[in-house]
Amino acid sequence: MTAVEAVEIVDTPDVPIRQPGLFRRAWALPTAKIGTALTAVVVLVAVLGPWLGPVITGYGTTDFAGKPFQHDGIAGTDGIGRDVFTRFLAGGSTLLLYAVLATAIGIVLGAAIGMFAGYSGGRLDSVVMRGNDVLLSLPQLVFALLAIAMIGPQGWLLVTVIGVTHAPRIARVARQATVAVVSNEYIRAAEMYAVPRWRILVGEVLPNITGPLMVELGLRLTYSIGYVASLSFLGLGIQPPSADWGLMINENRIALIVQPWGVLLPVLAIAVLTVGTNLITDSLASAAARKEAR
Amino acid sequence: MSLEVTDLRVSTSDGSPVLHGVSYAIAPGEILALVGESGSGKTTAGLAALGHFRRGLVPVGGAVTVGDTDILALAEPERRALRGRTVAYIPQDPALSLNPSLRIGRQIAEVLEAHGMADDGRVTEVLEEVGLPSDEAYQRRYPHQLSGGQQQRVGIAMAFACRPSVVVLDEPTTGLDVTTQALVLRTIGTLTAEHRVAALYITHDLAVVAQIADRVAVMREGRVVETGTTREVLGHPTHAYTRELLDAVPSLDGVAPAGQAGAPVLAAKDISVSYGDVTVLRDVALTVATGECLMLLGESGSGKTTLSQCLSGLAAHYTGSVELDGVPLPPSTRQRTAAQLRDVQYVFQSPFSSLNPRKTIAQSVELPLTRLTTMDKARRRERVAEMLDRVRLGSALADRLPEQLSGGERQRAAIARALVTTPRVLVCDEVTSALDVSVQATVLDVLNDLRRDLGMAIVFVTHNIALAREIADRIAVLLDGGIAECGPVDDVLSRPSHRYTRELLANTPKL
Amino acid sequence: MSRLIVRRLVVSLAVLWLVSLLVFVVTLLLPGDPARAILGQQATPERIAALQQQLQLDAPVWERYLDWLGGVLTGDLGFSTSTQGSVNSLLGDRIVASLVLLIAAAVISTAVGLVLGTWTAMRRGRPVDHTVSGISLVIAALPEFVIGVGLIILLSTTVFRIFPSVTLTRPGAPVWSEPGQLVLPVLTLVLVVTPYITRMMRATMSEVLDSGYVEMARLKGLPERTVIVRHAFPHAIGPVAQVIALQLAWLAGGVVVVEFLFRYPGIGQALIDAVNKRDVEVVQAVTLLIAAVYIVVNLLADIVGILTNPKVAAR
Repeated sequence: MTAVEAVEIVDTPDVPIRQPGLFRRAWALPTAKIGTALTAVVVLVAVLGPWLGPVITGYGTTDFAGKPFQHDGIAGTDGIGRDVFTRFLAGGSTLLLYAVLATAIGIVLGAAIGMFAGYSGGRLDSVVMRGNDVLLSLPQLVFALLAIAMIGPQGWLLVTVIGVTHAPRIARVARQATVAVVSNEYIRAAEMYAVPRWRILVGEVLPNITGPLMVELGLRLTYSIGYVASLSFLGLGIQPPSADWGLMINENRIALIVQPWGVLLPVLAIAVLTVGTNLITDSLASAAARKEAR
Repeated sequence: MSLEVTDLRVSTSDGSPVLHGVSYAIAPGEILALVGESGSGKTTAGLAALGHFRRGLVPVGGAVTVGDTDILALAEPERRALRGRTVAYIPQDPALSLNPSLRIGRQIAEVLEAHGMADDGRVTEVLEEVGLPSDEAYQRRYPHQLSGGQQQRVGIAMAFACRPSVVVLDEPTTGLDVTTQALVLRTIGTLTAEHRVAALYITHDLAVVAQIADRVAVMREGRVVETGTTREVLGHPTHAYTRELLDAVPSLDGVAPAGQAGAPVLAAKDISVSYGDVTVLRDVALTVATGECLMLLGESGSGKTTLSQCLSGLAAHYTGSVELDGVPLPPSTRQRTAAQLRDVQYVFQSPFSSLNPRKTIAQSVELPLTRLTTMDKARRRERVAEMLDRVRLGSALADRLPEQLSGGERQRAAIARALVTTPRVLVCDEVTSALDVSVQATVLDVLNDLRRDLGMAIVFVTHNIALAREIADRIAVLLDGGIAECGPVDDVLSRPSHRYTRELLANTPKL
Repeated sequence: MSRLIVRRLVVSLAVLWLVSLLVFVVTLLLPGDPARAILGQQATPERIAALQQQLQLDAPVWERYLDWLGGVLTGDLGFSTSTQGSVNSLLGDRIVASLVLLIAAAVISTAVGLVLGTWTAMRRGRPVDHTVSGISLVIAALPEFVIGVGLIILLSTTVFRIFPSVTLTRPGAPVWSEPGQLVLPVLTLVLVVTPYITRMMRATMSEVLDSGYVEMARLKGLPERTVIVRHAFPHAIGPVAQVIALQLAWLAGGVVVVEFLFRYPGIGQALIDAVNKRDVEVVQAVTLLIAAVYIVVNLLADIVGILTNPKVAAR
């Protein structure tokens, strides 16, 4: 009944110094700094690019700068004569916006479902988690394709489908973390003092699962960027003639040998961005794990 | 062969010292107890006898000599040849140290194989030596099919399989109940004497030391502060720390603190609890009076925690009733009124899980006031400060997070939270079991003072009968979900009426 | 034990059935008149009427579902409106081609991941460990098509020209008749999945190596090989099998992108075509197939978990 009887726990006589918060501990790691730098560069390009493009090159994203495959300008022109660099500068903002929105939907839905299931326990928990299993059996990209096949490639649909399919995956993590927190006696104590359920969830549980939730946030953002870009690459995401990195790679890959910039620039941007967010996520994960090890 | 450790120094890999020159020696057939509280470095000093250092620890000086060989001077393959054959190890928690996916017979035979010895019935023989069944069917069992005591004896059999000269025992009875502990201690005593083994017995429990050891070395913060025969060290300690440890050991011979028992305040009537087919409690009845401390004694599985949760409304699925001043309380805290919640309070077992790590001590202690009283902010703060004072936590600690407090301080904060509404009954569930002995003494002291000053009733739930005279007026002994015996401390300890109580008293090690 | 496995099997079948329901319900999202949505604005009224007839749009929803499910259960996946043929004949060879890709990638990445993970777990904190985790951290971040395009630039066009970047097989010949063209698609999928398996194996193995029973095995004087092979490895297999299963499911999603990128004649490419042409029954069939792969792989992983856990197996 009382397994703790066997455990002997260190009773340090001198008072330990208060540990810095999750973000500060993560920031102390080199991966966090490199990741932030990489992410910041691409985010800057994506956010400022749409305005800077025409200023730098003199062309809009759908203007025809001249003949196909010219080598003048910064990166030349694409197969139908549009300026590659202008389109590159303009091609990240929508991708980033969709990815952020999808991640936000996923984290809010997923955390709410997971915390609720984990705290309630019992039959409700198992029903919710079985439902989750069904959703998990379709890869997110395939699920998105299924929805696009029916409704068509529209922005709101991409955001919703990617966000909603994140939710069961995030819910699993949130539930697991919640179950671990709920097993603590301070939750019993709060119940003993008749604290309402929702206040226990928000006041006692949530602050103690921010670590895993932040890690999920980073992870799902990385995946969201990948999915939005992949769908555009497949021709089923952001539609022409919009300038978009995924779409650019698709449009220009046939001419890879003649005009490598049309593929290289967006590939590099996506790679640097996802590597950056993944490095940040990894630093958060090690910071959270270190806390637990104490 | 004897074991001699001289001036052993160990550091972490980033250079901060863990052991500052530890020395001890054990002759064949002798048991040396290495005593210390958590963090004293006693396990590191013990594992060094096998030339083993845990990840992140490195030896930086000294010698570990077994017979004529300095183990630290040997290369890894040579050390490995000694381990299990010349020097054997018996771990603290057999449930974690036995491989869950290998049959126990296989795990014992493995040691013999590793050292090139033929089985020749040795596995059977050594199982008999430790008093376990040795038939084929038993050898084919997996660890999880054995009880804790049996698992530990398999661990002992594994250690003695190659007839080693030196044995290191790392708190081998910590997780066991007293009756099993007595059995395991007897087995260890017999085996070391029979095989003329030099045994190092690592423990934090001085009462166990008194029972088993020939000599004692007391460790503190990586140093041996005192060595001598058991009689010398326990009888006439020279070092202040040893005396402190000895004073903190709960004694069954002391005088019980006299409480002024008043009118009965809380009564449990015919409480029964069962989960499916398993009956946890059957028809339990008890009362506790104002200013009285009732000890609820029982081993794991006796139902003591369930009973204490029924009293405080944390376990709602019972039959029978709990009455406060003769008025039945609703079974669940969710149905109890604020006044009822204020009057019956509960202190949880582990101070490491009963305080929210994201709230300051003051915030945690304030919670019952916010929920159960109409006090305004200023008065609540005042009351919290007063209560922290009472449990001897200064106001400096009020704004700290639990992680900045030691275990004993946390437990006192948890007690402050329970007391802040001035309850008339305080239920304490194993509140000292996660704490070191010296810290346990402080917590008991605080509870005794509070009871005297505030005149509340305490239900003190524990598995440790040795605490009886330190805290309680009356004892209720719980066995398999029923009360085996109940009476004043003196009566129960000096004239136990139930066979189980007598057995407990006989098996509890004394100084 | 067998009862547990049977129960697990029943759960898998139930999940598969629910997925079929989900896949069917999604088709109800087709806006307005499904026949017009599929055929587009220019379609003649006769063609629309013919399609309406064929999709049995006048029948109630549950009847259409049962009809479709009955077909799937008897091995008839439906009719493809864009190719005007049966879905079975469209997907037949493609299923084999995709399975070749999937199995090759799964076998290679599992083997590499387990070995790399164990190897780095045994060298925690040393330079090799940091190098391997650094590289896997970077690769794990990249979307499939970025890895694929990177490989094309490196090995097929701009830097070296070793392997073909598109799959060109004579009609009727199996894809593996020219193994060279399998290299880049398989390598892409391997790079996508291996980092996850490596990281998980390293984490699990590290935990096991720090466990009481591994320390005990060392203190018994067992040779390091025995410690790893007999005491550590078996305990890491159960949890890692789960992760491998998840990753293989991920592969099933990644296959779609990779097949599109390398023009590989598998079900993934068929899916993209079908989505573009709103070929509903093909989309349903491929989606269900991919879900089935996931469910079967997960079932296998759970059975491995049950078999390697003596607390369950000994019953």
